[in-house]
Amino acid sequence: MPVQYSGIVDEHQAVRKNVGVFDISHMGQLIATGADAGIWLNEMLTNDLAKLDIGTGQYTFLLNERGGVIDDLIVYHTAPEEFLLVVNASRTEEDLAWLRRNLFHGVDLVNRSESYAALAIQGPRVLELFAIFFGKEATAPTRNQIADYEYEGINLTIARTGYTGEDGFEVFFPAKDAALVWNRVLENGKPLGIKPCGLGARDTLRLEMCYPLNGSDLSPDHNPIEAGLGFFVELKKPKFVGREVLARVREEGPPRRLVPFRMTGKAPPPRPHYSVFCRSERVGEATSGTLSPSLNYGIGMTYVPTPQAKVGTELEIEIRGQKFPAVIEKKPFYKKS
Amino acid sequence: MNVPDDLHYTASHEWIRQEGENARVGITDHAQAELTDVVYVELPKVGANVEARSPIAVVESVKAASDIYAPVKGTVVEVNKALESNPALINTDPFGEGWIFLLKMASPGDLKELKDPAAYRTAIG
Repeated sequence: MPVQYSGIVDEHQAVRKNVGVFDISHMGQLIATGADAGIWLNEMLTNDLAKLDIGTGQYTFLLNERGGVIDDLIVYHTAPEEFLLVVNASRTEEDLAWLRRNLFHGVDLVNRSESYAALAIQGPRVLELFAIFFGKEATAPTRNQIADYEYEGINLTIARTGYTGEDGFEVFFPAKDAALVWNRVLENGKPLGIKPCGLGARDTLRLEMCYPLNGSDLSPDHNPIEAGLGFFVELKKPKFVGREVLARVREEGPPRRLVPFRMTGKAPPPRPHYSVFCRSERVGEATSGTLSPSLNYGIGMTYVPTPQAKVGTELEIEIRGQKFPAVIEKKPFYKKS
Repeated sequence: MNVPDDLHYTASHEWIRQEGENARVGITDHAQAELTDVVYVELPKVGANVEARSPIAVVESVKAASDIYAPVKGTVVEVNKALESNPALINTDPFGEGWIFLLKMASPGDLKELKDPAAYRTAIG
């Protein structure tokens, strides 16, 4: 996926107002099968897999023994003894190695990333596009559902998920059909104002929603609770990797927290790694940052000590040697009007 | 891409218009199209003495922050204040209203070191 096609702001607005399509074929796709696949995955992942009906998915974490994030992913229960894991491209090999090292006997884990493509089709007009493809009578998956559809002889696995804050689908299919599907999506989406979208808009869209990016906002040194994502950690499960550490963090409270901030005056856009100050003391660095195309001011995320991690706390962001005022905000930055 | 014939160019995508002993500087149409959506411009200080190829301004798009270089040695005599309130002028009129600074050249002969329009066209393919 390129950084941009027509321009980040143009693509961003297409997704907020109409519909946009991202080629997310780089993302890893792992398939776990076997009678015990669900039991095994539930010990590897933080969210409660037992809650997942067949044909649904959930956001979850793969942790190391220190409770740090190896990866954040979506796991789908695609068949009685089958699960699809959609993982970050840059973590696919690491995830695989970790999962294989901890694999249950009788569970099969296959990496189909090379032979499968994927598109994220996102925006308020996405259901109209679905109807153009499959007819007005066809039933689309509902939020977090996943189902198989056939289009021109191609099997498309379609999930109602995304990373933009808009309604949308993520579509998985064999890589050999990638050009055809991509072209059909653009052709059929034309009357809806569809735009091909790149990594730049993917970042601005997800950051307006405060969705974390692994490798930036998440890392093996950060746990989901301090990242404010404890909702996706089920401590009632008797066993999963990282559970003991997270139970302690939950009880004691994390010493630092990931918070969203916005620039309050005229300032350059914040960017990752810029130093963050609170009452003249350096407290860390921005993990994410950009100019919000929807709001037209700079937004970012950073870890700050828990006592400072309150909405309204004033921060300063150092940009090329100069400090610019910012304030901790409530998430998400962008709310649909 | 628009590459006007009456300008000099640099490998780092600045254009230079000679105005007597001064040089007016901006970024090219090609550069603004690559950056898209300029959202912030950090202007150089008037009176600053600058060396050729030293970074003296910053143009920020949503995508990235990009340094803008002094094409030749000289002194900054004027900056385009309009960019502070309307940075998008760099996108809409890169060779006109979107100029960034005016440099009094130490030696106008230095312009010979820069690319002519044909060489710049070749450079950007």
